[in-house]
Order: sequence, then C-alpha cells, then structure tokens
Amino acid sequence: MAVVFDKPHALIDVPLHYCPGCTHGIIHRLVAEVIDELGIEGKTIGIAPVGCSVMAYNYFNCDMIEAAHGRAPAVATGVKRADPENHIVFTYQGDGDLASIGMAETVHAAARNENITVIFINNAIYGMTGGQMAPTSLPGQVTQTSPYGRDPKHCGYPIKVCEMLSELEGPEYLERVTVNNVKNIRAAKKAIKKAFQNQIDGKGFSLVEVVSSCPTNWGMTPQAALKWIDEKMLPYYPLGVYKDRSAEKEAE
Amino acid sequence: MADKVLMKGNEAIAEAAIIAGCRHYFGYPITPQTEVAAYMAKKMPKIGGCFLQAESEIAAINMVYGVSSTGKRVMTSSSSPGISLKGEGLSYLAGSDLPALVVNVQRGGPGLGGIQPSQSDYFQATRGGGHGDYHMIVLAPASVQEMAELTVKGFDLADKYRMTSMILADGTMGQMMEPVSLDFDIKPQPEKPWATTGTKMEREHNIVNSLSLVPEELEMLNMKRYDRYKIVEENETMYEEYMVDDADIVIAAFGIAARVSKNAVNEARKQGIKVGLIRPITLWPFPKAPFEKAAEHAKAFISVELSMGQMIEDVKLATNCKRPVTLCNRVGGMIPSPEQVLKAIIDVNNGGVK
Amino acid sequence: MSTKQFLFSGFGGQGILFAGKFLAYKGLIEDKQVSWLPSYGPEMRGGTASCSVIVSDEPVGSPIVSNPDMLIAMNLPSLDKYENAVVPGGVIFADSTLIERKVNRDDVTVYYIPATRLASENGTPTLANMIIIGKVLKVLGDFEENAVRAALGKVISAKHADMLEVNLKAMQLGADYE
Repeated sequence: MAVVFDKPHALIDVPLHYCPGCTHGIIHRLVAEVIDELGIEGKTIGIAPVGCSVMAYNYFNCDMIEAAHGRAPAVATGVKRADPENHIVFTYQGDGDLASIGMAETVHAAARNENITVIFINNAIYGMTGGQMAPTSLPGQVTQTSPYGRDPKHCGYPIKVCEMLSELEGPEYLERVTVNNVKNIRAAKKAIKKAFQNQIDGKGFSLVEVVSSCPTNWGMTPQAALKWIDEKMLPYYPLGVYKDRSAEKEAE
Repeated sequence: MADKVLMKGNEAIAEAAIIAGCRHYFGYPITPQTEVAAYMAKKMPKIGGCFLQAESEIAAINMVYGVSSTGKRVMTSSSSPGISLKGEGLSYLAGSDLPALVVNVQRGGPGLGGIQPSQSDYFQATRGGGHGDYHMIVLAPASVQEMAELTVKGFDLADKYRMTSMILADGTMGQMMEPVSLDFDIKPQPEKPWATTGTKMEREHNIVNSLSLVPEELEMLNMKRYDRYKIVEENETMYEEYMVDDADIVIAAFGIAARVSKNAVNEARKQGIKVGLIRPITLWPFPKAPFEKAAEHAKAFISVELSMGQMIEDVKLATNCKRPVTLCNRVGGMIPSPEQVLKAIIDVNNGGVK
Repeated sequence: MSTKQFLFSGFGGQGILFAGKFLAYKGLIEDKQVSWLPSYGPEMRGGTASCSVIVSDEPVGSPIVSNPDMLIAMNLPSLDKYENAVVPGGVIFADSTLIERKVNRDDVTVYYIPATRLASENGTPTLANMIIIGKVLKVLGDFEENAVRAALGKVISAKHADMLEVNLKAMQLGADYE
C-alpha cells in the first residue's frame, strides 16, 4: 500500500501540548520534514526557547537543548562553534523570546552571520504566560497587559524583525512567511528548507519569521485567527524575502 | 620540572585552561580580568580553538552553556559586575548539570563600584550566584601558580561532578606576576554520554534541560543534586594550614588576604604570640573540619577579608560560635596591610576586642 | 639579602612596569622568589604608574610593597607620595632631570641620577628607566653583564632583539654615573 501521509521521523510520536488551532504543530512538522528530507537528524541539535514551545525538546527526535529566555542564539553559537563541521544547529523561538528579552542575542548572532538557522514564531502575543503584550503586538491590540489596546505613544511600536535585521551586513537570509493556508504552508516549508540548506552550505545566519496565530489568547476560533492573520497581521508584517545575500550576489 | 616563567595571574589562568584542553572561550571586556580574554584571543586561533568576544556577559555565559552541552571544555571570565550578569547562566548551568569553568577576578562593589581588588563577591560565589538551590565549586587561589593549578583542577572537578567551577580571584591575583610552572599532570577527560552532539541516528536523543514542571520530580532532581554536593564536600575540600597546631589565635583568610595575613603571622610569632592561619582553598565546599579542630585549642579567630565580613559567617558556622570571631577588613579596593592584621592579632591577644 | 622590596613609580610611559619586570626576571633567573604587582586602571594612561617588586630567598608573602627598601622615583609626584614610605636605612633613586627638589629625609641613602637627560643625550630618550635600573644594580653590587643580558632577553621580545644592546648600554650608563 502506498503511504500518502506519515509522521516525519524527526518528530517524536507524542501528543503535543499546544492549544487547539495553534500553528506551532504545523511549524514543528515543517521543521521535522525538512530535517528528514535533508537527512540531517543525526547531526542536528535544536535549541528550545522559553515560551509556548519551551518543551519542543520533547517533540524533536534530534538532540535538544533548552535555553534560558532569549538566549537561544547565544547557546546556538556555542553549540555551532563547538564543532562547526558536524553540528547543524537551529533555534526555535517566539516573539517575546527573540524580539524582546533576547533581542541583543538575536541581533548579534545575525551581525556575526553565525551559521545557524533561526525559526522565529511571531504571533504577536505572549502565549505561555497567558496573553500579555509582545514586542510584536499590533497597535491597538488588546492583551492582558494592554487592556485598552496597545498605545504606541505609551509603549512604542511593534518591531519588524526581518526589516530591522535586513539593515545589517551580517545575515545571509531573512524571510517572512505564514502558515494560515495550504499555499502559505508550502511557501513556509520552502523557506525553512532554504534556511537549513544555507547552513549546510556554510552560508550563515538564516532566519525564517513565521507569522502565526494564537486563537486562545487572541480570543478567537482557530478559523477566525487564521483570517485575522490575513486581515491584521500581514498588512503590518508583509510576507517576503528581506535578505538573500547569495541570490543578490548572483543577480549582480 | 619545566622552566618557570613569569606570568600575570590572568595569563596563567588562560594558559592553564588551554593546557587543560579548553578550546572555547567566550567573554566580554572588563577590568581587571581583560588579560584572560586578550590571551585567548591571541592563542585560540593558532591552536584551532575558538575565542569569541560576546555581545554581553549574558551572551557569553550562554555560549558557554552551548559548548558545554556538547561535552567540550569551555570557560568564561569576568569581574564582579559581569558575574552578576552571568548569574542567570550560572543557575541554568547548575539546573542542567553542565560542567563549566567561570573566573571572577573580583573588584570593589556594589554597582559599578571600582576596579581595585576586592573579595566582596564571596556570598555570591559560595551561595551559587543565581536563583535556586545549587552550588558551584569555588576555588580561591593565593598565588599565580595556584591561578594556573586551580584552573586545571577546576576543569577536572567540573567534569567529574557536572558542576560549574568558579575561580574566585581578585584584582591583585589577576594583575600580579609570579614565577609559574606549567608542568601539569593532565588527566583524560571523562566520557560525556549525556552530551548533545547529534544522535548519529544511533541512540535516543539527548536533552539538556533545566525545566521540570512536576514538583515531585523537581524535588527529586534537587535532592539528587545535593547528594552529589555531599560527595564533593567529603572529597574535594581543600585548605592550607600555617602554624595552627599550637595557635591561640587563628586567622581565616583566602587569596590576597591570606598572603598579607601570613606576613602578620610571621611578625606576631616573632613577638611571641601564638597565631596561625587557615587558608581555605575551596570556599565551597568550605573547610569546616580544620576550623572545628582549631576551635578546640584556639581562644579566638580573626577573619581577614576584603569585604564587610562575608566569610566570617562561615567561620562562625564552622566553629559553632564556640569562640569569638572578629573581623579585620578593608573594602572598596583597599587591601589590609600586614600591620593592620598584626594590630588585630595583638588586640585580640590582649583581649581588647570582643 | 633575604628579602628586598622595590617600589617603582613615575609617569605612565616611562617604562616603570618594564623596569620592574626586568628586575623580577633577573631574580627569577637567579633562583630567587619574586613577585611583580602593577598599579592598574585609568592611571596607566599618562597618570602615575607604579609597581611593587619583591625579590627574596623565601616565598613571598604579600606582594604589595608599602614600605620599600628601595624607591625608584621617576617624577616629583612619586617622590612626594612615597618618600616617607621608604624604610629607615633604605635607598631612594631619583630622576633629577624631572625632580628638582632634594629628598628631605636624612635616614636614607639617596642617588640623584639625571636619567631623562642622560637618556636624551645618549639618543635613547625612552630608556631613562633602564639608566636608573643600571644604577640600582650597581648599588646592589649586582651588575653582572651575563645575568643582565639573560634577564633582558626575557623581557625584550624576539621581534625587538636589537633593543637588547641598546638597553644594556643605557644600563651601563646609569651604572657608571657618579
């Protein structure tokens, strides 16, 4: 019998703890599929963040390290530098982890063009702690700590990570994708695969920002949340490639 | 024996680390320990090692966390304000049972403080430095030779017990030059089957982690960790005794304070005062036994410190407060002079100080 | 000699730390116990630089020299600061080009050497430090060329090996100065 659908080997067959309708599961699967397809599970070391995906170490079949909040790029730097030839290293980080408490680690890993892959989940909210304002929460967005809507005059504007990092000389590849429909999921996988392939090819820092949903803390049904991505998130966080140094070089 | 060379304490640490097989160093510049980083920056690229100046102390300790997760020897160094920043990482290293070597060449505090020598991070070091129940093995060198020796020892102990070893030095120890012999007996590094080096598709995945959300399990992890600490206390406590056997007064001092105190002990002995010195070499585990023993014959103790009195609490605990313990100190980057210590000895001998 | 404590002091840039290091290395080569402790921090840039050197037959206790047997003062602030710290019967070496006043104490031996001027005249303006060191060794009765060469070889990097003879000449100049 032809197998048309299977669980990727790089994903352990256990129930995930994520909320119903959360897109973490999709993104985990995409990462695992890419690891399978590139045949790198045996040399891959993943770094889990603090946030909803803190227990990603229980889901990926490769070696895993749980890092302090925001420090995954620094930990990844250590793991990569420990054996640059034989370690494939990825971090999996949310918006609070990567763009708030860990911004310095993110920027400097990018500036160094650290040869790692960063999967950045941007759902514009702190999920694990129950729905507080994130550095990527939209203006006007209601959260537990912005109950009257995020007021930029009071607490500033959301950070566009890909745009910001694209100003640096360092990084190799920056792309923003989303996973709110099949077409976008396919595009997201392609980007994730490229981000890993870049590392295999020694090209350097590759970050894929995945615009994601948080139905629980957004207070929506999963369907409404996916629609909210289209209507609210993407206008502020446009999809696309923000930097692709190798492609730029070829174009020259 | 190999030829002795004159080296700064900070350089001796760096060279000894390389000899001990450390090939990864991450740090951030701060006086008075910057020579460690400078030495590593020069040497590491030539021996296939990695020196990387991190964007912060926090990043540096997390890079250490990363390399240590892969089972390789790794270190960072800093001075007091930088160690505070590393506190988070120290706690995570302990929580994940990762070995590492961390050097603190102390300067006066609190806050930005000054850049001159201090021992005022004693509490921070001996009580762990970050949040949670844990210990580091804290080694206090009192010479440039010991800066080197305890660095090698620190790596061995860290690997053996899966703990952080901290070299707790001070600005004097870091900056001074003394003859050093770098002729060490380097033991093979232990196997680290727990390391995250890639499964090679040959084993279950390894996880390096400090998260444990089930209280019963987290309690058990803490208990087991403390069982291990008990073994460290039993087997790895180090100290030096100097003229303690017949002493009426015993000085407790480590690092530079012990060097100064030794001068004072010699002078006091010339004046007929029976005084001795116990110099803890491990500050954690603290050498309780020699203090307990000394309390049987000594009538008083003096804790000589470059702090407002931190180790003095451990001296009191070790002696069960059986004898009076007085403090002789300077702070803020000042160092007690042998004359000051001698005066403290004479005062205690005359019963003038309670 | 069981223990000799030296204090070198002057402006940053006068080679204070280098001179101290030379003396420490010379002790090391001669199987003495030695320590060298510099002042460190912002004062290194143009302000006062000093270093403590102890050369002893016994293990060195405190490396901090508060009361030197020999003070090498290469500028006025250094003499002002440390003159009274010298042990009675001790020795003060003063660079008399930069220090115009005389030493006030009468319980110490003083050598005034116009080291900065001599260095200039010799065409080696940066070696006033070594001129004074030459005199220090002479006074200690310890100016033996081979030993001096060996110690210089330790403190002068291979890249600047040609500086060895120049340093030696400067030291000789100091040693011969009456």
